[in-house]
Amino acid sequence: MRRCLNSPFLLILALGAVVALLPLILPSNFYVRVVAIVYINALAVLGLNLLMGFAGQVSLGHAGFFGIGAYAVALGPVYLGLPGWASLIGGTALSGLLAFVVGRPILRLSGYYLAIATLGMGVLISMVVSNEANITGGPNGMEVPRLVLFGSRITGSLTWYWISGITLVIGALIVVNLIESPTGRAFRAIHDSEIAARVLGVDVARYKLLAFVLSAVFTSIAGSYLVLLDGFVTPNTTSFLLSIELVVMAVLGGLGSILGSIVGAAILVILPQFLTVFHDYEHAVLGAIIIVFLIFLPSGIVPALASLIRRGPA
Amino acid sequence: MTMIRRSLLIGAAAITAGLMTSVAYAADTVRIGSVLSITGPASFLGDPEKKTLEMYVRDLNAAGGVNGKKLELFIYDDGGDSNKARTFATRLVEEDKVDAVIAGSITGTSIAMRSVFEDAQTPYISLAGAAEIVTPVRKWVFKMPHTEPMSCGKIFEDLKKRKLTTIAMISGTDGWGKAMRAECVAMAPKEGIKVVKDEIYGAADSDMTPQLINIKNTPGVQAVINCGFGQGPAIVTRNYRQVGITVPLYQSHGVSSKSFINLAGPAANGIRLPAAALLVATQLADSDPLKKVALDYKTKFEKETGQPVSTFGGHARDALFMLIEAMKRAGSADKAKVRDEIEKTKGFIGTGGVINMSPTDHLGLDLTSFRMIEIKDGDWQLVQ
Amino acid sequence: MAELLQFTFSGLTVGAIYALVALGFTLIYNASDVANFAQGEFVMLGGMVTVFAMAAGLPIGFAALVAIVFVALVGLLLHRLAIEPARGASSVTLIIITIGASIFLRGMTAILLDKNFHNLPPFFGSEPFVIGGATLLPQSLVVLVGVALVLLAVWLFMSRTLLGKSLLATAANRTAAQLTGINTSAVIGMAFVISAMIGAVGGILVTPITLTYYDAGTMLALKGFAGAVLGGMGNPIGAVVGGLVLGLLEQFSAGYLSSQYKDAVAFIVILLVLFTMPQGLFGAKTVERV
Repeated sequence: MRRCLNSPFLLILALGAVVALLPLILPSNFYVRVVAIVYINALAVLGLNLLMGFAGQVSLGHAGFFGIGAYAVALGPVYLGLPGWASLIGGTALSGLLAFVVGRPILRLSGYYLAIATLGMGVLISMVVSNEANITGGPNGMEVPRLVLFGSRITGSLTWYWISGITLVIGALIVVNLIESPTGRAFRAIHDSEIAARVLGVDVARYKLLAFVLSAVFTSIAGSYLVLLDGFVTPNTTSFLLSIELVVMAVLGGLGSILGSIVGAAILVILPQFLTVFHDYEHAVLGAIIIVFLIFLPSGIVPALASLIRRGPA
Repeated sequence: MTMIRRSLLIGAAAITAGLMTSVAYAADTVRIGSVLSITGPASFLGDPEKKTLEMYVRDLNAAGGVNGKKLELFIYDDGGDSNKARTFATRLVEEDKVDAVIAGSITGTSIAMRSVFEDAQTPYISLAGAAEIVTPVRKWVFKMPHTEPMSCGKIFEDLKKRKLTTIAMISGTDGWGKAMRAECVAMAPKEGIKVVKDEIYGAADSDMTPQLINIKNTPGVQAVINCGFGQGPAIVTRNYRQVGITVPLYQSHGVSSKSFINLAGPAANGIRLPAAALLVATQLADSDPLKKVALDYKTKFEKETGQPVSTFGGHARDALFMLIEAMKRAGSADKAKVRDEIEKTKGFIGTGGVINMSPTDHLGLDLTSFRMIEIKDGDWQLVQ
Repeated sequence: MAELLQFTFSGLTVGAIYALVALGFTLIYNASDVANFAQGEFVMLGGMVTVFAMAAGLPIGFAALVAIVFVALVGLLLHRLAIEPARGASSVTLIIITIGASIFLRGMTAILLDKNFHNLPPFFGSEPFVIGGATLLPQSLVVLVGVALVLLAVWLFMSRTLLGKSLLATAANRTAAQLTGINTSAVIGMAFVISAMIGAVGGILVTPITLTYYDAGTMLALKGFAGAVLGGMGNPIGAVVGGLVLGLLEQFSAGYLSSQYKDAVAFIVILLVLFTMPQGLFGAKTVERV
């Protein structure tokens, strides 16, 4: 257990095994769909965690990138005649480019100022998709053409389970590679102290930008996947509340923890399915659970449990 | 601490109990599924819908159920989010194995769920407004409320009667406001009506005087239409009087609940809106077949919930009874048979009007089901 | 000219609402470095509890008092049950706890009260004043005067009372304050109570204009937070100015530019301000220590 938590590559292996074996025990399509949504959210949270947990920068606007990915696969085929996969890549590139362009000025800010600036960026994207109703269907949303790969339509929860599961494993692999590299050390240096990192010769602005662009790319792909799975997109995919939800997932699971990103996403996606038994009390209970978790595990579920295990008899 | 621990224990027990019931279900019930926006910005739609369904299912069961079987109701809250709605729709089909579905408080969630029920070949009755949900007609999909073309049409009809042809519009950014605005703007030229000013406000805004001043300063405006729902129309109405616009103001049936009048206060006086007869149940002629149905629902809902009746909950009632009647005619809850019977619904008297479904019309309402209503001294008044 | 005046009145009314939320944010932030995302729920509760206390037969003044006391209690409990037990956690964790609290408070309000929109009667009637061709509701004046009074009270409290000074000391340097014998935990608790009361007062003042319902807090928190940051996080005067500027921006762009993109205009201006003044309009220059 201890080794597993400590060695990130073993973790990827374990993750791959879980993705591969889980369908064997999931009793119905409904569960497959829920787990696929967990993977998709985890992918976005993984990106966000790179920015928040490793580079120490807050974003309250990532739903903007999620939305760009989502609307790219909706609008690309309908208005530009692009195939779904090309729209997905186009959306990802657009998110990355946008992050690159706005990243420089925005990332000069820090703390709450950065939070508001990213939030503003997210709100602007959200306003465009919800106001340009002639193109996007406005608040009522629009249908997303099914993805066609090698001549066959990609539908069904199980297909998307595999696509999102494999992408998540690849994403985790990329993040692990990154944080084990000199880049990762630079991230951690920035996280601990920007000034100290700068003194040590780290090009702080460049690394922050890199984390921002990468997290935008991850989140954008997650957005594309989610609406391709649903076959439908609404401005919910760009909403400020989604940005907050992604941040809650990251913090709940544990900032700076890859496994934490997945656990955080899993809890916030799966929990509401259980809480339906509380009927009207659903939301009150969800709020209480978030509070209780963070009081007892303040550094997030995975890091806090890991340190408990490390401290206990191994 | 002990309190927290106790509540955790209770939670764990409740979750276990919930899982048990969903596994050990009785196969001899008629299972009706529902996904509504019970919380979130559209909760004023989902909340009365949920209360209405629960109230009537309880009563129907007390009276023996349908075809000798009890009804079992599965209700989930999507919070207005279409992705959550679709997940719950999948759950209804895969886990709860429902026989029929009454779901979708808003257009976005209704459309997001549509293909799940189509794939599962389960009859699905939506409670959301936009005509888009059933145009073009889809085999398994039906819907209850009046649509935005009907709302625009009825208002234009009244405008022409009053010889008003130059109008301004002010619309909310909510789904309903946007959809109705687009429809009215598109329909106006065909009806000989000119839209000379077209303003927008945010669904959660608290002051619309700048937009209204711009309308006031536009020459020639003879009437104003406000498309939207939620608290927006109430604030528009108050600001309308505040800045002193005197031409007639029209609202849509998105405000057809008594709480609108309470919120807008005296400023609501003189406003006209097209809405279901339910709002003016007591004023209907005794010969009107809608009177008894509307009055019964109004009395029952207000007595049981302590809240004023709205047409939104009324649509949930209509959907449930239309479904139950179809099940009775089909003699079972067989999905295909029930679907066929819903499509054959003729002369069904609901709170929203008389419904006549057909293979080419899965809404079944026409303009005659709409009444033009004027607000007078804090109450609805039928415009004759 | 009349338009300009009307847009100004409208902007000040909307801005005053944001200013009150921003002010509440600032106090808690000063004491604890936490942006309290349940601040919007304090405002919502202030309005909702007053509505229900009046429905139960209390006169408006008494109902308002009940609401303020109740919300102050909620603020205290929020600190005692959720913030204090997580003492030592990073501020990001504490912020997520306040988000959890806002979900909880919203959920409980929906159950214990209801989900409908509610209204309070305006304190001095609804007949608008006409000034230079523009109209102003008496309640808008009440809100503006209310904001000024709350700001004055906060200032007096901070500069004239020992408790207020201990709050300032905690804000300046928590460890140093602790060393001088200040019970910083109690001070942070006090900041929550005062912020809750400010929120409740705000809710009572603005409900006659904006209406309220259990879910109204989210948007208010968002806009109030934006106002507080625009003004410079931690500066009470900055918070009020930030809130007012945000309101004016929104209503001017609704009037002169495009009502469709008015929120966009507001956020573009915020972004531009932050690019040139990374600490907001009134933010202090801080030096990061290594």
